[in-house]
Amino acid sequence: MSPIVQTVTRWINSFIFIFGLYVMLYGHVTPGGGFPGGVIIACSFILITLAAGKEFTFRLFSLKQASVVDSLSILLFLIIGFLGMVFGNYFFANFLPPGEAFRLQSGGTIVFSNVVIGFKVSAAIFAMFLYLSLFRLEEGAGEE
Amino acid sequence: MTPYIIIILLIFMIIAALVALETRDTLAAVVALAAVGIGTSIAFLFLGAPDLAITQVVVEVLVLLILIRATISRDVTTIQEGKPQFGMTIAVSSLLILFLFSLHMVEVLPVFGLRAHTGLAGNPSLHYLGEALAETGAANVVTAILLDYRVFDTIGEVTVLFVALIGVWTVLRKKGRLRGDSDSVEGMVKKS
Repeated sequence: MSPIVQTVTRWINSFIFIFGLYVMLYGHVTPGGGFPGGVIIACSFILITLAAGKEFTFRLFSLKQASVVDSLSILLFLIIGFLGMVFGNYFFANFLPPGEAFRLQSGGTIVFSNVVIGFKVSAAIFAMFLYLSLFRLEEGAGEE
Repeated sequence: MTPYIIIILLIFMIIAALVALETRDTLAAVVALAAVGIGTSIAFLFLGAPDLAITQVVVEVLVLLILIRATISRDVTTIQEGKPQFGMTIAVSSLLILFLFSLHMVEVLPVFGLRAHTGLAGNPSLHYLGEALAETGAANVVTAILLDYRVFDTIGEVTVLFVALIGVWTVLRKKGRLRGDSDSVEGMVKKS
């Protein structure tokens, strides 16, 4: 891509990433949640891929890491559910105290579920985009 | 005021969907499809569902990126001329029958904008609205429902995404397995 695109990407990309983290972490207080936050984080990585090429992105977040994050976070989500079974009475019981409303520490296990789902969604969607675009690169005769 | 905005948005979305169906250019069709999605997002915003609006606009941008990336490289604009009359007749008549049946459903539906399911036993929606903050501590009731009361739905959603990634991974992998390879099913069958 052109230097203009690369420079602008370098400036705004970290803000997009932090906004994704914010939407993910504060999903129980403000509109948002794990899914949109994860997609925003995935979009920040996709932006790097489009601007700087896939070799540069692989140094930040390779496909192998994406698959590991994807599988680990779905495992952690299930572990949260089983912890609810251990400390509460049923699967996915909210065993932590509700806490003070409108704070980050409120909501019990909801915060952890949001974060785990956010990482899972970001890794999955980033990997999915990479697979679709890699497929194109292989078929599309040498256009990088 | 809001219903008129919703109606205008709906008309805009229908026009954009028709453009996406009828245009010859693939890229224009993708952009028209994105216009439908943005219209949906704004409609959610006016209906008072900011969670859905955020998700819709973010996913729409992502789908637009992927589709544009796919269409620009391929640039496949082969569109078959003429429409099969028989298939069109069957499609339109079955849609008409479906519409006639759904007219009865419309009478049963609650009034637009009112709380749904207030007649059910235990009154779940009113319980969620009233007790979510006290029971879960989450100020956002939508998140409280998604990740506390109805977390089984969320686990299904996450599983769907996981399985979708596995499907993409399997279909679009770089190298297929040769027959007789030790990894492949035939090889394993041969070995055992």
